[in-house]
Amino acid sequence: MATVTARTLPWYAPPRMALALRQLRRYPLVPVAILTFCLVIPAVLASQVAPHDPLKGSLANRLKAPAWQEGGSLDYPLGTDKLGRDILSRMIHGARVSLVVSLVAILVGGAIGTGLGLISGYFGRWTDSLIMRLVDISLSLPTILLALVLVAAVGPSFGTVITVLVVLLWARYARLVRAETLAIKERDFIARARVAGASHARIMLRYIFPNVVNSLVVLATLQVGYVILLESALSFLGAGLPRPTPAWGLMIADGRELIVTAWWVSMFPGLAIMLTVLSLNLLGDWLRDHLDPKLRHV
Amino acid sequence: MQRYIARRVLHSLLAILAMSLIVFSLARITGNPLDVMLPLEAGPEDYARVSRHWGLDRPLTTQYLIFLGKAVQGDFGNSWKWHGHSAMGLVWQRLPATLQLAGFALLISVLIALPVGVLAAVMKGTVWDSAAKVIALLGQSLPAFWLGIVLMWVFAVHLGWFPTSGKGGLQHLVLPAITLGWFQVAALMRLVRSSMLEVLDSEFVKLTRIKGLSEWKVVWKHCLRNAAIAPLTFFAIIAGVLMTGAVVTESVFSWPGTGLLVVDAVRARDFQVVQAVVIVFAGIFILTNLLVDILYAYLDPRIRYQ
Repeated sequence: MATVTARTLPWYAPPRMALALRQLRRYPLVPVAILTFCLVIPAVLASQVAPHDPLKGSLANRLKAPAWQEGGSLDYPLGTDKLGRDILSRMIHGARVSLVVSLVAILVGGAIGTGLGLISGYFGRWTDSLIMRLVDISLSLPTILLALVLVAAVGPSFGTVITVLVVLLWARYARLVRAETLAIKERDFIARARVAGASHARIMLRYIFPNVVNSLVVLATLQVGYVILLESALSFLGAGLPRPTPAWGLMIADGRELIVTAWWVSMFPGLAIMLTVLSLNLLGDWLRDHLDPKLRHV
Repeated sequence: MQRYIARRVLHSLLAILAMSLIVFSLARITGNPLDVMLPLEAGPEDYARVSRHWGLDRPLTTQYLIFLGKAVQGDFGNSWKWHGHSAMGLVWQRLPATLQLAGFALLISVLIALPVGVLAAVMKGTVWDSAAKVIALLGQSLPAFWLGIVLMWVFAVHLGWFPTSGKGGLQHLVLPAITLGWFQVAALMRLVRSSMLEVLDSEFVKLTRIKGLSEWKVVWKHCLRNAAIAPLTFFAIIAGVLMTGAVVTESVFSWPGTGLLVVDAVRARDFQVVQAVVIVFAGIFILTNLLVDILYAYLDPRIRYQ
């Protein structure tokens, strides 16, 4: 029996390549690859990889179909919009816009939220109640409407979009960091640091903060996709970035009334949003399971 | 229970106050509020009229009280873009269309999410479960406005089954409602699945099986009823999402509701209308939150003591 097993084993043992593949499948390769090609490379190298200027178009080339359709040419692989601007180049620059907006908003919102969360959890009492009431209120405000009032009052701009996003984002970080701080501050090493003469600020920054970084990274990753969706929705409504910024949401808005004649104007930017957000969600889920499984409910 | 309700009502009032304070200060933060409230082509007599209406020559605190007093009475000034209409009148006129759309979207999302969520839980680990997972993931990654355009392209432009936009019979309602409901389908389905899984695992379900009830009755009667509590809180979130989502969906399909109104008002810089819509929507949003919280605490006593 033993010899039989020994002889049959090589038949069933997966070859080295398959083993390596199985190892790789434990990592979220597809999302990371999509993100690299759809978001990171275009965003970083926008001017180098884009075949045309995203803002300049020629009316002679307006509404050209994608290359594989009748009337399309390889000059404009994904076609042109009604001002004759290259869709592909605008999408590439749009990746930069999406990435910059979401990173800035999450960094600022995350920093404010983390700071307030640390203070709230560490000091407790009335500071805690005050900040937590603010969190409750901020989470109960209707998102898009808030953005619309702000835009109605000060007009659409990069700053307005960031402000709106920060107002919406900070509360989740504050709530998360507060909850973790409450647990961490009861641990022995905090009491010892206090005895050793560390100031409150030092304890929060050097002793508590490093222990919440994992959760912060997970939350931030999960939120990039959400922020990209939100930013594009705002731009679509005319409450986000002003024209002629090559933002994905704006491009979809441009294509809305052309849907009967030129479907490609809004289809491709939408696909880009879907792919990036989908991959970001998958990546975020993976990070959460590996860095911080207790965040499952977020 | 009373203390819990009192606390929640207080929170809701605070949130509405905060929203009114935001709207109030946004108009004034940029310098002269008249520049925000009136479009560029307004004449001096418009300035004088609007200034008198809002008491802009008084101190800020008095101005806020005037604003609050008028808001409570539903007076948000007159629309600039739509002559002869009060801002609030416009909101009331458009609100039924939005509620109709939101209601239909809610119906569609529940009709899809409930059976799929239950199936995914009962058949955990099978192909059905994975399919449900994919639907949920797609639901959270698709921009609603783009989904609307894609649906319009496929079903209205190519197949010609439904009209592209506007309001009319049931046919006009289908595409916008699917667009609006899609995002909820994903979230609701996940919620139904996870709470069903929890219930399927509990002792009383084993008892119903021992009693010899049919699997159909066990799942759809005994389990679903108990699993429905968690998705219930979700209705508050849904109400909020549907309201704000309506803004996007309505502007994709030119559905003449409050959402389209507010987008048009923002484009025309008609601040009186914008503030009316925002306060009314925020009020609805916060009130549904409150109602569901109270209902939830009533159904599940553990909530009250947290």
